[in-house]
Amino acid sequence: MQLTGAQALIKSLEHEGVDTIFGLPGGAILPVYDPIIDSSIRHILVRHEQGAGHMAEGYALATGRPGVAMVTSGPGATNIVTPIGNAHMDSTPLIVITGQVATAAIGSDAFQECDITGITMGITKHNFLIQSAHEIPRVVASAFYLATTGRPGPVLIDLPKDISQSTMEWWYPETIEELDLPGYHPEVALNDDAVARAIELIGLSERPVLYVGGGTLKSRAHEELLTFAERTKIPVVTTLMARGAFPDSHEQNLGMPGMHGVYSAVTALQKSDLLIALGARFDDRVTGQLSSFAAGAKIIHVDIDRAEFNKVRRADVTLQTNVAVALRAFEAAQATPQNLDVWWKEIRTWQERYPLFYEEPEADGPLRPQYVVEAIAKAAPAGTIVAAGVGQHQMWASQYWPFEEPGTWVNSGGAGTMGFGVPAAIGAKVGRPDRTVWCIDGDGCFQMTAQELVTARAEGIPIKVAILNNAYLGMVRQWQEMFYDERYSEVYLSADLPDYVMWAEAMGCVGLRAHNVKEMHEAIAKANSINDVPVVIDFRTDSAEKVYPMVATGTSNDDIMVHPIQRGEAR
Amino acid sequence: MTPEPFLGTTDATPVRHHILSVLVENKAGVLARIAGLFARRGFNIYSLAVAPAEGNARFSRVTIVVDAASAPLEQIVGQLDKLVNVVAITDLAPRDAIERELLLATLSVDDDNRGAVLDVAANNGASIVDVNGASVTVMLAGTPGACDVLEKALESFADVELQRTGRVALPRLVQTANV
Repeated sequence: MQLTGAQALIKSLEHEGVDTIFGLPGGAILPVYDPIIDSSIRHILVRHEQGAGHMAEGYALATGRPGVAMVTSGPGATNIVTPIGNAHMDSTPLIVITGQVATAAIGSDAFQECDITGITMGITKHNFLIQSAHEIPRVVASAFYLATTGRPGPVLIDLPKDISQSTMEWWYPETIEELDLPGYHPEVALNDDAVARAIELIGLSERPVLYVGGGTLKSRAHEELLTFAERTKIPVVTTLMARGAFPDSHEQNLGMPGMHGVYSAVTALQKSDLLIALGARFDDRVTGQLSSFAAGAKIIHVDIDRAEFNKVRRADVTLQTNVAVALRAFEAAQATPQNLDVWWKEIRTWQERYPLFYEEPEADGPLRPQYVVEAIAKAAPAGTIVAAGVGQHQMWASQYWPFEEPGTWVNSGGAGTMGFGVPAAIGAKVGRPDRTVWCIDGDGCFQMTAQELVTARAEGIPIKVAILNNAYLGMVRQWQEMFYDERYSEVYLSADLPDYVMWAEAMGCVGLRAHNVKEMHEAIAKANSINDVPVVIDFRTDSAEKVYPMVATGTSNDDIMVHPIQRGEAR
Repeated sequence: MTPEPFLGTTDATPVRHHILSVLVENKAGVLARIAGLFARRGFNIYSLAVAPAEGNARFSRVTIVVDAASAPLEQIVGQLDKLVNVVAITDLAPRDAIERELLLATLSVDDDNRGAVLDVAANNGASIVDVNGASVTVMLAGTPGACDVLEKALESFADVELQRTGRVALPRLVQTANV
């Protein structure tokens, strides 16, 4: 069967089970947009290429399947660089297809030419510049194999226009060998000696903590984690990337560690004698000052990527494997720590003394952002997916939303990409149309990518967006208040400019506003009653509200600051 | 043949250098991937040599001398191994490797110093590979240490244009008792 390169690309995507492409056409990718008309794949036409990338990420995080985005050359390609970098930092499986100028024009500074494989070399797991139509099936199959195995990540395919217009005899690789990846071996045999040493360390420990990272979700190891944790009674902390890997309602879940982590989660790591790190990478936002991080703890480090071992913190035992495989090995050997009664008693004291805390809002406003997050969560059906941008609102969402299952938290962790929330929520809703999807957003983030609500309305993707509108770039404001003598530099945005309700309406969404508790409950109820179009609520929140607890950059986790009222100070 | 004595490190070589012999797919951009990785992770490359491996068009061998003081070797190897086009990495401690390097130097000569130049070349085992009335080009293929010594010896001459290849290396052969 003779196909054009463009037809072969679409057919290859169908072969990989792709049901959705997020994209925006342009000159160099134009040939590929023709066979889309005849394809079973749904194409979502975005308003900016960054939106396509974040939507594909949201789709991947909510479904566990790779997200696919397609854009044109030059600025189309550079506009999707941020999502690629974001997916690289968070190990999200992402396939990005970029059009490229014709082979003969490459290197000539042709119209809309850019070296996107060069630009993305450092932020992709791998990338390809296609050389002939014949290799399209192999490259696409390789891209999906690379993106989804081992440590997942983004893979970019650059397709010159002349190749998408040339013809090939259709084929598709049927085995891994046909992919011709002699340097890629994602399967690693479990090291029995290392497992034995890990089990020995667990057996000796009196204050162990399961330090659960995003790799636990990527490994789909939540059931193994629950089994192991419940039998051993080891306390669990779930990092920002692992929210949902272990139910928040579970009595062994201490919550999130790190710069804005729960006091008991942060302190349990500090006082532990054994950290069992499961797909976690000792990020600086978790460790604080490295020299004083969990200083008395031995480390068992489980990760599929051996380059994470001893990168930040020297481990006593390293286990290069999928988290689920490691937990099954621990379980098979019935690895059991010492009696943990004393340890749990200590942890319960911290939990009682310093729970997450904020002041109740006064009836006539302004709203407390934490209270808004809790109110939305209480009114949301079980299994609701929450997406966030980056900043204060993201921290409040991660702290106050009760995460019970994998794939319900869609956020930008390592890269900290403002504007991630709205498009990621749209992608999540496309992937899980059965679920309610809320985007908890900040006013700063919302202004970066809000135009994708036009996409959501046009494509019938009814997400709900809660803007925690404090009129500021709130996280930066918080730092300027705390560390720069309240000298506020370039952080004021205004609560009224733009008018978020009018903007939402202009984009075909329902726009609502809430100034106080009563209006808040009414707006949430109204939003929950609308399931055919996107809804945006402008919640007017207190600008002075800060995220607590907080470990200031460069300081020790031992010096964690709880809410001023918990410290016996005025706010 | 007895193995050469280990010459140790010299002034021009980092104290904690390691040699990575890296087998890579012979594809466009592979060298950029390696160089980019070293640059963005802050690993120092002391020298780098690339050539087709074992007469095979499909693979190339890249010999990288890394400064192991700039980053733990485990980190460098772990990150390098993640490059999809990298097929195999052999870490050669200098003690376990045969290292060689090529040095070419062109010097201006006249009747006064021609003899001195030829003496320096001869004393260091270098050969004369090109010559005209005003200049000679000398070549030395030897250990990095021997190249260092020759380079130092040539410093006393004016108008020296000198080029070194960077080293290539293979594992030192294991000596068996009865051959």
